[in-house]
Formats: sequence, C-alpha cells, structure tokens
Amino acid sequence: MIPTTLEAPATRRGGKKTPSRRVRRLSRRDKLVLTLMVGIPTLAHLVFVWVPTIASLLLSFTSWNGIGVHIKWVGLTNYRLLFSDYPAFWPAIEHNFIWLGFFLLVPTPFGMFLAYQLNKQIRFTRFYQTAIFLPMVISLAVVGFIWEIIYNPDTGLLNSLFGTNKQGNYIDWLGDPHLNLWAVLVAASWRHAAYIMVLYLAGLKGMDPALPEAASIDGANAWQTFMRVVFPSMKPINIIVAVVTVIESLRAFDLVYVMGGNNGAKPGLELMSLLITNNIVGEAPRIGFGSAIAVVLLIISLIVIIPYLVQTFRKERVR
Amino acid sequence: MPHPIAGRNVSSSGRDGWGRALPGGIPALSRRTMLKGLFGAAGLAAAAPVLAACGGGSGSSSSSSSTDTGTVTFGSNGSDVAPKSAYAATMAAFTKQSGDKVKVNTVDHDTFQNTISTYLQGTPDDVFTWFAGYRMQFFASQGLAHPIDDVWAKIGANFSDATKALSKGTDGHYYFVPIYNYPWGVFYRKSLFQAKGYEVPTKWDDFISLAAKMKSDGLVPFSWGYGQGDSWTPLGTFDYLNMRINGYQFHMDLMHGKESWTDAKVTDVFTHYSQLLPYVQQGAAGRKWEDAAQALVAKQTGMFTLGLFVAQQFTNPADLADLDFFAYPEVNPTYGQTSVEAPTDGFMVSHKVKNLAGATKLMEFLGSGAAEDAYLAIDNANVAINSQADTSKYNALQKKSVEFISQAKTLSQFGDRDSDPGFVSNVVEPAIAKWLGNPSSTTSTQSTIESQKSQYFTS
Amino acid sequence: MTTSEVAPPRTSWAEPDRPVVRRKRHVRPARVVLHVFLTLTAIVWLIPLLWAVYTSLRSYADTSAHGYLSIAKALTLQNYENAWSQSGLPMYFWNSMLITVPAVLLTLVFSSFVAFFVSRFDFRVNLALLMLFTAGNLLPPQVIITPLYRLYLLIPLPDFMNPGADVLYDSYWGVIAIHVAFQTGFCTFVFSNYMRTIPKEITEAALVDGASVWRQFWQIVLPLCRPAFAALATLESIWIYNDFFWALVLFSTGSKRPITSALANLQGQYFTNQNLIAAGALMTAIPTLLVYLLLQRQFISGLTLGANKG
Repeated sequence: MIPTTLEAPATRRGGKKTPSRRVRRLSRRDKLVLTLMVGIPTLAHLVFVWVPTIASLLLSFTSWNGIGVHIKWVGLTNYRLLFSDYPAFWPAIEHNFIWLGFFLLVPTPFGMFLAYQLNKQIRFTRFYQTAIFLPMVISLAVVGFIWEIIYNPDTGLLNSLFGTNKQGNYIDWLGDPHLNLWAVLVAASWRHAAYIMVLYLAGLKGMDPALPEAASIDGANAWQTFMRVVFPSMKPINIIVAVVTVIESLRAFDLVYVMGGNNGAKPGLELMSLLITNNIVGEAPRIGFGSAIAVVLLIISLIVIIPYLVQTFRKERVR
Repeated sequence: MPHPIAGRNVSSSGRDGWGRALPGGIPALSRRTMLKGLFGAAGLAAAAPVLAACGGGSGSSSSSSSTDTGTVTFGSNGSDVAPKSAYAATMAAFTKQSGDKVKVNTVDHDTFQNTISTYLQGTPDDVFTWFAGYRMQFFASQGLAHPIDDVWAKIGANFSDATKALSKGTDGHYYFVPIYNYPWGVFYRKSLFQAKGYEVPTKWDDFISLAAKMKSDGLVPFSWGYGQGDSWTPLGTFDYLNMRINGYQFHMDLMHGKESWTDAKVTDVFTHYSQLLPYVQQGAAGRKWEDAAQALVAKQTGMFTLGLFVAQQFTNPADLADLDFFAYPEVNPTYGQTSVEAPTDGFMVSHKVKNLAGATKLMEFLGSGAAEDAYLAIDNANVAINSQADTSKYNALQKKSVEFISQAKTLSQFGDRDSDPGFVSNVVEPAIAKWLGNPSSTTSTQSTIESQKSQYFTS
Repeated sequence: MTTSEVAPPRTSWAEPDRPVVRRKRHVRPARVVLHVFLTLTAIVWLIPLLWAVYTSLRSYADTSAHGYLSIAKALTLQNYENAWSQSGLPMYFWNSMLITVPAVLLTLVFSSFVAFFVSRFDFRVNLALLMLFTAGNLLPPQVIITPLYRLYLLIPLPDFMNPGADVLYDSYWGVIAIHVAFQTGFCTFVFSNYMRTIPKEITEAALVDGASVWRQFWQIVLPLCRPAFAALATLESIWIYNDFFWALVLFSTGSKRPITSALANLQGQYFTNQNLIAAGALMTAIPTLLVYLLLQRQFISGLTLGANKG
C-alpha cells in the first residue's frame, strides 16, 4: 500500500497498479446482480436517449411533416436548404458562439472568482452563497419572466429608471436586434454565474487547503496564488466548468423561448435549439429539416464533448 | 372496398396499429352510411374480430364505438379565465340537454397550438377547439380530423354560405363547426376623436394625414407591439393592405403559395406599409400587444389595428363604452373596403374519436343557437356566427361587429390561418419583423420569403 | 495489495465539516473589502428577485395608475391568492411532485448502480459505459424529441398505468422515464468520481469477509456517498422540477402537466396581469428553494466533482 501523499492532489504519483482480477472472485449471483444494476440503466439510457438520437440522424435525410408514415428520403437536401436558404441559420450559429464566448469570458470567470472568495473562511458565507445561488433554484422560464418585467419597454425597471420609455427615446431591450441578445445574455449570466460558483466551490472544498497557504507563505499575492497554484490544481473541475459552460451555451433554449417568443425566430435572437423547436414542434412540423439542424447542433456539441471525454477518461485507462 | 369498420369497433385499446391518418381514404359519407347499415345488422359484434383481422390496411383510423358511451372528451385551448368558464357553461348546457357528460381537457393556448400535431396523433380528445381556414384544412387533409357531414345536415340552416365554405376541407367534406368570430379593424377612442375633431378616414390618404395630424398634436398615432410571441400582430396590417391594394383573391393566392412574393403587387403592399411606420409607437419589437393596447386605454395613442379581442384590455366599463373601430381604409377603389378579416374559431372531431355518437351529438349542439348563447353570455369579446343566436344582449362593439362582418363581401381568416402555419411562423413573420426594423430592405425581404416558399408549398 | 493515486487524505466523504483551521484571524482591510464586494454582489443578484417580489405584492390597479416604479400605496397578498386559485397551482404542484420525486429517486438509484460498477470493478466496458452515459447527458434534448415521441406512442402501457391512453405517451411514466434516462449520465459521472475517493480497501475487506456485491454496495459504499446524494438530489430536483421541454411535447392532457405550464395558464392570451404572474412565478420556485435550503449543508461538500483525482 502506497502511503498517501499530502502533496497536491493534482500531482500524480506514478503508481501503477497491477490489475487485481477481482472479477474472478464474483459469485454467479454477484454477477447477476451486477448485470442487472448496470443493465437496466444502460438499457433505459440506450433506448430513450441514443436510439432516438440515431433516429434523428436518419430523419435528417428525409422529408416528413411528422404526420403518418409518409417519410421520403431526400438525401442531403435538408442540409443544402439549411446552409443556403434559411436566413435564420447562420445568425443562429453566430449567436450560439457569441453566447459561448460571453459565457466563457464573463459569468464563468466571475462565478469562479466568487467561489474562490467564498471559500475563504469568512463570516456570512452561507448568506452570500444562498443569495447568489437563488437564480439557480428557479426555472429558466421564471428567470425569463423576471427579466421581462425588468426589460419591458413601457413599464420595465430599466426603462422606468432611465426614463427611456417615451416616444423618441425608447430603449427596446428585447426588440432591438443589436441589443436583445445581450439583454438575454445578462439574464442568462445571472443564473450561469451562480451555477459555476457552486460547481467551483465544490471543487475548491475538495482541494487541499495547504496549497494556497504554502503559496502565500512563499510571498505570492492572491492573483498569483490563484493562477499558479489553485487554478492548475483544479484541472478536473476546470474541465467540468468549461464543458458545462459550452453545453449550456449550445443548448441555450428556455430563456429565449420565454423572452423572445415561441413562434418563429426573433431577429437578433435566433438560436440553434430554438430553430429546431420551431421546425419540429409546431403546427405544421418539418421533422426532416428540423432534424438536420439538430444534427448540426449535435456535431458541434460532439466536437466539444469528445476532447473532453478523451481528456477525462484517458486517466481511466492508466489506472 | 376495404373494411372500414374494422378499426373502429374493435380495438378496445383505443388505437389501432396501422391506419392512423392516411389521407384520402374512403369518402366519409359513404363510409358512414355503410357503417350505419352494418351496425344495424344484428350479430356484428360477434363478427368484429374477424373483420379486425383483415382490416389492417383500411383508411379508417378511429376506433369509436357506435353507441354513445355517455362521456365525450373535449380538448380546449381556452385557458384564459373568460373562455374557460364560457366553455364550461357551454358544456354544462350540453349535458343538461343531452344527458352526456363532457370531460374537458384544457391546455394553455400556446402549447395547444404548438403541439397540435403531436396531440392529434397521440391520444386526442373526441372534440377539440381549432380555427377555420387553411389551418383547419391542413389537418383535415392529413387525415387527423373526422368528417362531420352528418352534423352539418342538421345544423346547416343556421349558417351562411360563406361560413359553410369556411367549414369544409379541400375534399369538400365538412370538418368544422364554428362558434364565434371577431373582426379586425382600426380601433380608436370616440372621446379622443371628438375632443380633437378627428374624422374616421375611409381613404388611405386621409388615414395617413390623420396619423400626421395626431403626431403633430403630440399623440402617438398607432399603438404598436409585436414583441415576444406576438410577431403575428403585424400580419393584420399586411393582410388588410394586401386585400385593399390587390384584392381578396390575390391575397389568398399569395398566402396559399400560388402567387409570387416578389411580385410588384407585393412590393406595393410594403411601400404602403412603410408609410405607416413613422407614426407607430416605438419600442414595438419588444412590446407585447397587450402593453400596446394599454397605451390606447391611456389615450396616449390614437389608433390600433387589431382584432376585437383588444376590448378585453379595457377593464373599465366606461373605457370600454368609449372604444370603437372603423374599417381598414380603402386604397384601391376596385376593391374598396369589402374584405374583412374575421378569424373564426370553432370545433373539430379528431380522427381517433372514441365516442363518435356522443361527439356527433356534441357537435350538433355546438352548431345550435343555444350553444352560442351559453358561450357568448360569458365571453363577450366575440360575436356569434350562428343565425339562431340571440344578439339582443350584445354590447355596442359586438353589434357593430356583427353588422361589419355581415356587410363584407369576402372574409379572410388571418395571415397565419389562411396559410401554412409553419411557413407563416418560420418564414413570413420573421421576415416581416426584420423588415419592420429596416423598411428599406423590401426587395430582399420579398426574395427571402419567395425563395423559402417552395419548402412549404410543393406544387 | 496496492492502490495507487492520491488515496484521499481529505476526501470529501470523510470530511463534510472540515475543521476551520484559521479561526483566530485579526481583521484585515482586505477582509473588509471582500465583505463589501460580496455584499454588493449579493444585493445586485437579489435585485431582480426583489423587483419581482415587489411587483407581486402590488395590486394591478395601483401599478397601472402609478407605474411599476413607484411607491406602493398598499402591499397585498391578493395576487398570490388569485394565482393560487386561478392557475390551478395546487394541482400543478402535485403533478410536479408526481414527476420529480420518482424521477430524482430513480435517477439517483440508477446512476449510483452504474457508478458503483464503473468505479469499483475493472471491466473492459467501464470506459465505454462511462463515456456513453456522459455523452448522452450532453445531447441537446431537441435532438431526441421527435423519435422519442414516436417511440412513446408505440410502447404499450397497461390501462391502470395510463388510463385512457394505454401508451407511454401522455403518462407520468413516460416523462419520468426520459428524465431518468437523460439525467443518469450526469449523476453517474459525479457518483463515479465520488466513489473513487472511497478507499478500495474498504470494499476489499468486505469482499474477503464474503460480502456479496449487493451488500458491498448497499451497506458500505452507499452510506459513504450520502453527501453526493444530497448534492445530486438538490441539483436534480431543481432541474427536473423546472423542466418544461419534455412535458411540452410528451403530455397532451392539460391537467397532467407540471408546474411550469401553470405559468403559461396565468399568462393570458388576451389579458396579462404582470403582478399576478409575478406572484405565480415566485410561488413555483418555493419547492426547489426549500429543497436547497434543507440540503444546503451537504450540497457543496457532496459535489466535490472529482477534485481529488489527479
């Protein structure tokens, strides 16, 4: 047994282990139990998540209004139309990436910063945590509503405060296509920062407190301590935070669905998930076309997910 | 002929494995006639399983019972307080009259509309609320609705020919029973017009100069708001302008994808539309129409092009009495002011109806004057279509609406009801919303719509 | 017997309450600045909520006469009463419970099963399994919805489980199933990280004693995972309770829908009363708030998302 080390958890000891073939020690009953324990969830996951995903992939090559069984194979037509003849598509891609960039630059670092501060043993930390975490507790639909009454052009908090609710000087927070995405992003960040704060706080709690202490004894200032010692030692949680941010950005839906309206794309607020919903869930759905958008989103998501998975699970293999 | 009965009498599970919604099946009338005959015959029940075994491919999709089981299910989008209690009253009246119970399934109106397709293919109720026009015909032609010619044989006398036409699918069968409609017009406050000496315009130029006068008087001429889910509101103006400039037929053909959106006639519509824009309330892209209406309530704005439902925003009875409307002004004398936009709401029977006999009874009742009266006694922001309805208790707006609609030569439903709903919500509405932000982009707006049109209308 | 890695010196399972090391600290200016900063942030974060609370406490007549940015003449709970009765909130609360409680429990059970498997045993499939679950959780729900809907129409259900419909569609079972299937990925990931911090010797000792796999799981591993359970229960309750996408498509009966649709009912088609909606919106958030407050203590410590592994 290798003695545990008190050094940074992040610094890996090169301990290789000889695989102990525990499997052999399992009784038949144990094997049955294990099979059931893993089999049922895996089956459910495969049937309800992966089978439909693959079906969507196939549907994206068809033309289908979602009614009856008149599914027609159309090859790449949906993709061609999507790229060339769907004005909302490219803005949607752009907006999703703006969303991503903004999240990575603003609420995510801010949430991490808050977590770092709250992790210091200070008074009232529970109050601060709770206050900031509150937006995370309420649904995005309610978040959307709460910000609606802030952004409302006539009666909203902002325009009432600024006096910009008169003919001639309106600020149309949710209508102006140059402004509305940012307005929504502020609302989204309000929640996202809370989310990241909690995740990161959890990570920090698991970190060896001796680390930053050692660094500060060495004379590093707070910023240096964080950047040189804390941040690198938090690599696993950093990855999770990054992935959560990326996925939340690409999957962004509820908030815009509530604040931007649920029929058709609003200029300035086109998002991938919304376009999929508009085409797939609607009075006269175009399943094939909507699925093609879904596949594009899926591919973008996978491009993000795969390096993450490789990164995370490479270690498993070494064990 | 296949065995149309198979699917409907037997499957106790309430759904059959195959033939849901295959359009263009057997003509409904003959099917029903045959059904009646067959069900009359003794011993059919015993034969049913045999029929079921070979009836897999039939065009029939419902599994309704021949006899009234005493309960009819009713899917309602009337989630607001007024329609909800109005439907409740209507159904209570039906129960009283027929002895049948009605199980109401209320889903909020947005969700109801957005999920109508999955709803109808899933586990729909026997009778459901829907809209007349193309929007109804679409689902009828997809085989998701049950034809109701037998109902119309009884209630036909209560309705005008125009209404009858509105209730038929493209196959000529009836699918729809209307309950009410409401006109779109230009709403204004009588007291404001009186105080300022404004006159109701009937011609386009007068309309524009009235707007200019209001502006110089410090008013905002038009209430305006198409924020959030309300991107349909600018269509009202578009529809009216198109009908005033190019006539009803062109408008319908355009909405049905038969005319080109790049046509100079459409350009003309946008040109007129843009003349209004200097006079509209700003901040509209983020404003819901309800808030825009509040400006009319507060007399900050002079006019509002909207449907009669704007009256629901006038919660103070004195304000409501002060509300009036006029017909959308004439642009092209050829077409005058003869077309009225009057969306019609009503009911359909789903193709998976379980209690067909009960549903038929309910539909017959809904086509009666008594149903109209029960409904409108509570929801007074609409007007009856049924000629048997009692109009004596109407308020001034309702009375005017009835007259207004009856004088129209042609009735349109509304942009999103006269066309493919997907085309309108995913193509036309975003394009118009974008154009409103940048009215100089007319040409590209037209070509954007036109090029996407073929994705929805395959000729 | 060797275990490698940083066998946990301060693994979270062992120390949800880490003794506060530095208690005797003199007040430094930096601390003051920090408190000011945190207080300001907390206030900024609370403003939107407080604005909603304020709006909800005012009558419609008051705000329409004086505007929303004005001193309230009187505060009233009338909006809460109306929202409660008008929108059928009690029924929707109950519906949400019917979905959320089983879904959260099942998700936790399933994911702890899988996590136990991948973290305690060396099978070749482990990596693939973990990747499958994690990737599945990251898929956008819209990608799945259409085929899922079709699938639900095909899966029969005995009548007593979904009276009148006989299929998975429009049933609580269906919505619970997709929540469980979808959320198991994330929870498996967290659980497996957590379980890995439990020294293998513990289960190995049990194994030597002849304990079955089930006993290892049930009596040894599971009790040690309590903080992770609390954390995930909180997060999953929040997510599942707040979902409206699955419910949007997979229910056709209005009275079966969860709380998120009650809001839509309040948002009238023809008349919108912001004050009323604010009250309704805030009320819908109460259950998740309670869950958070109850489980808050375990929440953070249970979420140690693999910070201990290198």
